[in-house]
Amino acid sequence: MRVALFVTCLADTLFPQAAVATVRLLERLGHEVVFPEGQTCCGQMHVNTGYPDDALRLVRRHVRVFAPYDVVVAPSGSCVGSVRHQHATVARRAGDERLAARAGEVAARTYELSEFLVDVAGVTDVGAYYPHRVTYHPTCHSLRMLRVADRPLRLLRAVRGLELVELPQAEQCCGFGGTFAVKNPDTSTAMLADKMRHVLATRADVCTAGDVSCLMHIGGGLSRLRAGVRTVHLAEILASTEANPAGGVAATPATGGAR
Amino acid sequence: MTETFLGMPATAPPGVGHLRGDEPFPVAARRALADAQLRRNVGHATSTIRARSAAVIGEVPDWPQLRAAARAIKTDTMARLPELLEQLETAVGRAGGTVHWAADAVEANRIVTDLVRAAGVDRVMKVKSMATQEIGLNEALADAGIEPVETDLAELIVQLGDDRPSHILVPAIHRNRAEIREIFLREMPGVDPALTDEPAALAAAARRHLRETFLSTRVAVSGANFAVAETGTLAVVESEGNGRMCLTLPETLITVMGIEKVVPTWRDLEVFLQLLPRASTGERMNPYTSMWTGVTPGDGPQAFHLVLLDNGRSAVLADPVGREALHCIRCSACLNVCPVYERTGGHAYGSVYPGPIGAVLSPQLTGVADNASLPYASSLCGACYDACPVLIDIPSILVHLRAQAPHPRGEAAAMAAAAYAMDHPALYAAAQRGARLSRLAGPRGRGLPPPLSGWTASRDLPEPPPQTFRQWWADR
Amino acid sequence: MSARDLVLGRLRAALAAPAPTPAETPRDYRPAGVVAADPDLLADRLTDYRATVHRCADADVARVVAEVLGGRRVVVPPGLPPHWLPPGVDVVVDDGLDAARIAAVDGVVTAAAVAVAETGTIVLDGAPDQGRRVVTLLPDVHVCVLRADQVVATVPDALARLDPRRPLTWISGPSATSDIELDRVEGVHGPRNLHVVLTGGPGGG
Repeated sequence: MRVALFVTCLADTLFPQAAVATVRLLERLGHEVVFPEGQTCCGQMHVNTGYPDDALRLVRRHVRVFAPYDVVVAPSGSCVGSVRHQHATVARRAGDERLAARAGEVAARTYELSEFLVDVAGVTDVGAYYPHRVTYHPTCHSLRMLRVADRPLRLLRAVRGLELVELPQAEQCCGFGGTFAVKNPDTSTAMLADKMRHVLATRADVCTAGDVSCLMHIGGGLSRLRAGVRTVHLAEILASTEANPAGGVAATPATGGAR
Repeated sequence: MTETFLGMPATAPPGVGHLRGDEPFPVAARRALADAQLRRNVGHATSTIRARSAAVIGEVPDWPQLRAAARAIKTDTMARLPELLEQLETAVGRAGGTVHWAADAVEANRIVTDLVRAAGVDRVMKVKSMATQEIGLNEALADAGIEPVETDLAELIVQLGDDRPSHILVPAIHRNRAEIREIFLREMPGVDPALTDEPAALAAAARRHLRETFLSTRVAVSGANFAVAETGTLAVVESEGNGRMCLTLPETLITVMGIEKVVPTWRDLEVFLQLLPRASTGERMNPYTSMWTGVTPGDGPQAFHLVLLDNGRSAVLADPVGREALHCIRCSACLNVCPVYERTGGHAYGSVYPGPIGAVLSPQLTGVADNASLPYASSLCGACYDACPVLIDIPSILVHLRAQAPHPRGEAAAMAAAAYAMDHPALYAAAQRGARLSRLAGPRGRGLPPPLSGWTASRDLPEPPPQTFRQWWADR
Repeated sequence: MSARDLVLGRLRAALAAPAPTPAETPRDYRPAGVVAADPDLLADRLTDYRATVHRCADADVARVVAEVLGGRRVVVPPGLPPHWLPPGVDVVVDDGLDAARIAAVDGVVTAAAVAVAETGTIVLDGAPDQGRRVVTLLPDVHVCVLRADQVVATVPDALARLDPRRPLTWISGPSATSDIELDRVEGVHGPRNLHVVLTGGPGGG
């Protein structure tokens, strides 16, 4: 299958290892990955911070860049959520019904990584090998906007060598919330403290998720604690094999700050 | 002040009632977060209610269908609100009640005060009501020399403790049993000094304390959960029996109701009476629901007044996205699942409507500028939308209201610049390389200036990678 | 301009902005008349919320009332079937008693209009065998006698049977509160003891 990678601005800029892993994984599974270079940011930060007028140009760009592709995949529940649930609204708010319709078409062909693997590619065992104790945090937008449900867990359970441990109160928000973490830093930190407490209680080596944004938050907190737990994007785990333990991303650091 | 045409939708006036806080949410939240007792109390209570609610909702095979029906009924109600209110007015009048219209809190308070004075009494008993909290009726009555007695246990705890409510359903949720015992010992005349902190003992103390009030007070003030336009029937949903006391024993009953509480038909109650208790207290049905239509000769109050309150609701109705907030049935399920509310409690929201629904309702009732921090008091995690029995898309309304909030000038400039750069890939790539300059901000970003230091106060920033993805892609 | 005209004018102006577009209300939930009533479920749900359930034949109601209220003072509505009352209880018929007099008795015996099995709810509608609302409010013990044919399955079934013009009291267990730490505690202002006597049907007469 020919897949257009929607890398997301955060993964592109700060967590390229998650994006590289996505490419390696998809190619290993026999898909052709293309990277539309005109892409930048989906505009979610602008929309969620109250700047839909500024976001409009980014929505227009995103739609123009991805319209030619039949399948678009992103290693982010949050950004796919924005494409699916916000782009048409932003366009409609600006009175651009044509853009809203096109945004809806692009959104219908856009998948979060675990959705693509399980629903479109029809695979749960991707042939990965990852000999670590891992806990999974279902990020809010994956969980509630996209309803990815247990797809990531099904993928993780099929990984050889991986010991999956359940995260207590997994469905509670980590407190990131985009600019929420900056505008309400104390409340965000209180939420993060509980999330970290639950992660540490699992005694996992690795906390994974489908969003680098939430992992940046959780990983940034764990790093400050020197807690010895790494945050790693789901794609990096699925890209990892016996032959290529880091999934071909060897030179790049782990996703979170904690190392 | 600008001259507004009288018939235009209007927000709730300032200076009266409890819709505006004294300080922005982040400031109030910071103080609340430092209160370990508060966090433990709220955390315990919300987790208890979440578990109970989930269990009884699980028993209902057609929960999704009921939610969809509720949403449709409410949408229909809002589309026909003026005619439904007129229909309600006619039905109540035909059944012997009197309907009053109040454009805002000031007018509603005056109507109730005049009615109480006309009845010749200087004390009224009250059933817990969000509408009367919203308009500050207790303060208005006290100013007029009339003593309002709250009869709901939690409201009584709040009133005796000279405190503010912090939850829609359980206004004293921020208090634990030991604190409630202390308040009773201190403020309740004639209370047994040997009172324990057993909830049953505390409830019994409240029973003794209020019995005489119930039997001797001639005027009661209530809110309403529902009002049926076609029949003129009012409904109050409660647990303790204080509502039944107030609705049954006095000579005069005054009900203050937000205009959005009307439902079109008697049959519509079959939807809401299934949704509300399970979403609210986590019960299959609350212990007591009272329904009355006007006046029943020989049974209950022989004078019934219904005050229909706007106080900003017309302004909410005028917003095609935000008006969905008027669908709220005040169950408080969204509070109980909200990770922000769970940690800050209700006072931080500044309004009588806290939590997620408060964050979308209060700013709309007052105008967003008067509650500009509330739409941001959410991580947009979406748990509220999942929990809402009438399917209010609270996260989308939050985002919608953020677009109406006044923005800090520096932030607005930065956002515009970011959008511009992101719409020009060459500039964007340059900015990405600039991100590596964040190393200048010190190790892990700890030298960043405000507001970004809000992040690094408790979290490290990631080390910028040696190359961006698009550089890697270009090089491969 | 009157407040009424002002409010209605504002609302009409608000709806002049794109008005909500109501769809037909989907009623694909379980409506009235589709679920079979189950008195066992009613008994189970009542018990779960701390009501006491007695099952007997109509002729044995007086015996149950005697067990619960024997030797105590009882108020009853004027239309209560006399054979439900045992000898040996001190009965006052409510013919417009004042509240203090009603508050001074120990218990009340009434019939009901309908009961909802799924929620453990009985509904009183002020008929002569149920009386004024105040009689079931002030005494501490309420004995409510139900015929099996008054039991319906669901809330929609109950609303379909009830007349909104009558004063209605829906009762699900004894008075309770969740106001202290959100733990349910039985017994605040209303009757702290609710006894439901189910007559007829399985287990009854």
